[in-house]
This record gives sequence, C-alpha cells and structure tokens, in this order.
Amino acid sequence: MSHHEIDTPASNGEPSRRSYIGWLMGLCSTGVGAVLAFPLVRFALYPLTAKTTETKWSDVGPASDFGSVTTPVQRSVTMEQLDGWRKTVSEKIVYVTKDGSGQLRVLSAICPHLGCSVQWTGSKHEFVCPCHGASFATDGTRTGGPAPRGMDSLESAVQADRLVVRYRYFRQLVPDKEVIG
Amino acid sequence: MSDSPIDRPDAQTPKRTGLFGWFDQRTGLDGLLREALDEPIPGGARFAYVFGSALLFIFISQVITGVVLTLYYVPSADHAHTTVAYITKEVTSGSFLRSIHAYGSSAMVILLLLHVTQTFLYGSYKGRRELLWLSGCVLFALVLGMAFTGYLLPWDQKAYLATAVGTNIAGEVPFIGPWIKSLMRGGVDMGTLTLSRFYVAHVLLIPAAIFAFVALHIYLFRKAGAAGPINEDPVTPTQPPETFYPRQVVIDALFALAIIIVLALLAQFLPFELGPKANPADTRYLPRPEWYYIPIFQWLKYWPGSLSFLGVVVIPGVVAFLFASLPFLDRRMERRPWKRPVAVGTYVFIFLALFGLGAVSYRSDHGDPGYAAQLIAQQKAAEEFMHQPFEPELSQASLATANAALADPVAAKGEKIYRAQSCNACHGDGGSGTPAAPKLTGIHARFSADQLTALLKNPSPKMTAGGMSPLELPAEEMTALVTYLGFLK
Repeated sequence: MSHHEIDTPASNGEPSRRSYIGWLMGLCSTGVGAVLAFPLVRFALYPLTAKTTETKWSDVGPASDFGSVTTPVQRSVTMEQLDGWRKTVSEKIVYVTKDGSGQLRVLSAICPHLGCSVQWTGSKHEFVCPCHGASFATDGTRTGGPAPRGMDSLESAVQADRLVVRYRYFRQLVPDKEVIG
Repeated sequence: MSDSPIDRPDAQTPKRTGLFGWFDQRTGLDGLLREALDEPIPGGARFAYVFGSALLFIFISQVITGVVLTLYYVPSADHAHTTVAYITKEVTSGSFLRSIHAYGSSAMVILLLLHVTQTFLYGSYKGRRELLWLSGCVLFALVLGMAFTGYLLPWDQKAYLATAVGTNIAGEVPFIGPWIKSLMRGGVDMGTLTLSRFYVAHVLLIPAAIFAFVALHIYLFRKAGAAGPINEDPVTPTQPPETFYPRQVVIDALFALAIIIVLALLAQFLPFELGPKANPADTRYLPRPEWYYIPIFQWLKYWPGSLSFLGVVVIPGVVAFLFASLPFLDRRMERRPWKRPVAVGTYVFIFLALFGLGAVSYRSDHGDPGYAAQLIAQQKAAEEFMHQPFEPELSQASLATANAALADPVAAKGEKIYRAQSCNACHGDGGSGTPAAPKLTGIHARFSADQLTALLKNPSPKMTAGGMSPLELPAEEMTALVTYLGFLK
C-alpha cells in the first residue's frame, strides 16, 4: 500500500498529456485491431455461417410428368455433393411414386437390406430386390423378404414446376431410416 | 501491510499491485517493458525513424493473415488455384484478407526500401554497426525471397509463368545454374513439386529465418543504440535523449494505423486479382513479375548468351557485395549526406538506374502494339475470371471421369452390367465407393482379370460379411464387367 502513489497517473504531474497519449494509443490499437481482427474472425468462422458441405437438390423432371402416375416411374438423377471447394457428381436411380394420400413420393432405389438396386416388377405390381428377394408395395412399404424396413423415401419438393429431390444414403440392415455419409 | 517482514525483500523496487503486479512478480514483465520502452533516442523521437517498427508491424500482419489463409489453401498443382479461387470468391472476408496479404508484400518491399534509404542517408550504419547492417542485408534478401516464393502459390497464369522465368534466370548461373534450377523446381520442369518447395520455403523456412534475424537485428540495434540525427556522434551520442515511449511509440503506432488503412482501402476497393488457372501450353502469355522485380527483369534482357555470366552473376554480385560491405568500406564517422558525395551519389545512381530500367520495361511493353494488346488481353482475362462465380473442382470419382471409360465398347457394355447388377448401389458410380462399400478405382492394379472374375463368382469371407453376394453371369458379360473394372481409375 505504501507504494500506491507510483501507480497513479495523476501523481506524475502531466495528466492531460498522459491521457492524450493513452487516447492515441487506444485509437491506433483499436483501429489496427478492428481492420484485421474482424475479417480474420469472419474468415476463420466461415464454416459456421455457410454450408461448406451440401448435397444439392437434384432435378427429377417437370412436376406435370408425375401428376398422373399410377405405378412407380424410374428416373435417373444427377447428384451433386459439395465438399468445400470440391464437388462430386454421380448418377443415382430413384422411383417417383405416390403415397397413400396421393402425394408424390420419391424413393431411393437402394435396398435397405444390403444395398442392391430394387427393381419395379410390373407383373407382380410390387418392387422386388434382385439380390435377396425383398419386396415392397407401390409406396415403398415392406411387404416381404429380408429387408428390415420399407424403401427409403427422399426429401423432395416442387420448385418452379420441377420435381426436385435431395439424394441421400441410408444405413442398411437397421429397422429405422438413418442418413449416412 | 508494507511493514510486514514478508514484504521486505521487494521493498527496494517499485512494486505493482493488482493483476499486472501478480504477473510482474512471476515474469519480470515490468522490467522487460521498461527495457523495451525506455530505449534512449538521441535527439528525440522523429517520423524518420518509423520504418523499422513499420516493417515489424507489417511482417506480423503478414504472418497472421498468412496463417489463416492456410486454413483453406492446398499446395498442390491440382488444387492450389481452386482453393485460392475459393478463398477469393466464397469464403467470407477471403478476398479482403488475401488482398491485405498480397498488397502487404508490396508494402513490405516499399518499407524495406524506405528503411534502407533512411539508414543510408542518415549514415546510421556507421560506428560499430557492421553486424547490424549485415543482419539487415540478410533480412532484405529474405523478404525478397518471401515475395518470390509467395508469388507462385496462387498457381494462376501470371504466377506460373513469372516463376518459370524466375527459375530459368537462376539456371543461367554458370556451372551450378541447372542444378540450382532443378533444386528450386523439384525437377527439370515446373510442376506440383515446384509448388511444394515454394510453399515450404514461403511458410516454414524463410519465415523461421526472418524471425531469427529480426531478433538478432533488434538485439544488435539495442546493443549499438539508436544512431539519432545526422549531426550526432554514432558511437557516443551527445544530444539529450528521449525515451522510445511515449512519443516514438505513438508516432510508430499512427504510422502502422495509416499503413493498415491504406491496405484495407486497397483490399476493399481494388481486390487483388486472381487470373485463370496456369496453362503452360499458352505460349502467347507474356509473363511479368511483381513491380519490384521489373527493373531486374529488364536488366537481364541486356545480357544474352555468353555475356549472361557478366550480367546475371558478376554485376549483381558485385553490387550486392559492395552494398553488404558498406560499413566496412565507409569508415568515416561523417554522417551528413552532403559531406558523403561518393556514397550518396552511388546510392542515388543505383536507384535512378532501377527506376530507369522499370521505365524502359514499361515503355517496351506499352510501345509495342502487339505486346500492349496481349497485356490488355491478359488483364481482361483475369478480370473476367474474377467475375465468374466459383466453380468447385470436380472430384476424381465424378461422372465425367467415369464416362471416359465408355470409349471402349466392351467396357461400355460392362458399365451397363455394373449398373444393372446394382454394383453401383454400394460401390458407387464409376467405382467411386460409398459408405456402404469400398471404392473399386485402381483395383486392376491389385488383381488380375482372372482373380477379379474368381472373386466375383466366389466372394471372400470378408466381402460376404460386407454384403457382397456371388455373381452369376454368362462368361461374355463377366468379361465385359471385368474389362470395365479395369477402366476404373
């Protein structure tokens, strides 16, 4: 406590000059700090504010093409996955069908059993997997065979009169649909 | 409290309280700060002395911006340009930070020249400052090395070809030239190994050397003391000193603020450009180095063939040697520039010669209509590229790559079978692999066609466990499928 006076700027005799210098130093550090720190933080935190990995909507076709479908229609869609500065483009098979209430539903052709491509078998009026014989109804619900669940439906929407779908992979051999990858 | 015996050992030195005191007692921070800030400046603080601190400031700014740029940059010939385009066009503040970094390199060269000029004109290298000057010469070379190595990293047309020229010049050195060139390039030609080498030099080796030499330079500077104004004795100063803090610190800080504001304005309103990706096949492209290398670039044009030894090695070598040995050659204590006509005259001559070479280069580029048109076209191409939206790099496993296989009819048939048999469901289109099954690209290197056929008919236990079922196909279709697998790369 006896040395307290050393810490007091006022006791140095030049309070106004001291505070002026303090003000200038504060201005410079704040100025330099703001110019650099703000963009640096925004740059480093970019992945928090933007989607750096994304599966884009894939175009399935004009929505009007599917208005009157009675049996599932096979379509090949181009899947575009973004991963930072790179993208992977691949082709995937989907089925466009209708659910119980007549709404359009897009199904992944990958069998939830072991991943073979499920085929629509018109003669039997059901989906059949060629590998182990799992079968599914028109709307994709499981009807028989070794599959643990029905065919996986994909997130779909109608954008500007086009049916679009977000293609996903799902874990196989589990009773509940679970997105992977 | 102060009378308690425990406090007594500290009673001699002024004791700080609070958080600062806590740190001071454990680190000696107060003493360090006093040592740093109470440096005496004979004759007082001046604006002329800002350049050293400014260089340190801009170097730290370069380190910080450089470190964060590596968050997204990939030093490979395949990806470097894409990742810099990603930084410039996609990442928030990316163009701004890259511009601060790129313009910062120019700022550093300008400040370096100003620092050297001030030291030279003030005769501040005199009076037991030979090592201080030499460490500064090393830093000069290191900063130019940073500028040279950093220039290549974006891997755009300009960067690639300017570095090709730069490394070719190194190849002109007699006897060891080709060896130096191959060492710099990591091979005879420019390629991805060149980029790796330049990257390592730019982010690891040269910065480490700069840190070491900055420490040495500052230590030697403090050992010798500030030289003060031109009428001051450089060894035993006589003019009343003023401490570094507060006035010189404030002047330095204001200058630093001015520098960063100029850089920020440039970065904001004139973002540093990125041109189209390097295309070594474009023979019309006129490579031009950054502005500070232009005079040397022009100089080298005058020394063709057998004379190159003289122009590329001997003359620059002699100039560099004379420059470095200046404090050994100029032993007088006289510091006033008008009393040192030979030294100052030579310095001014070299500067004017460099300016002149720059002007000649500019005139020869802009005087020739063919050159001028090409340079404008190059500038336009860069501007156009900057305005195009970012295009992500197509990964190897993508459709375009997979479709290359279809040129072969048997492979094309195999591709159909691959899809019909649902192989793509697990192994991905083009054998790219999915989370459900491994990729098949490059599998032909590990298994022969016969082995593949056998494995498809009778999968190994590991494959079966993964969900692979045996494949029964007519021999012809099996051959087509295996042929297709051979195309997956």
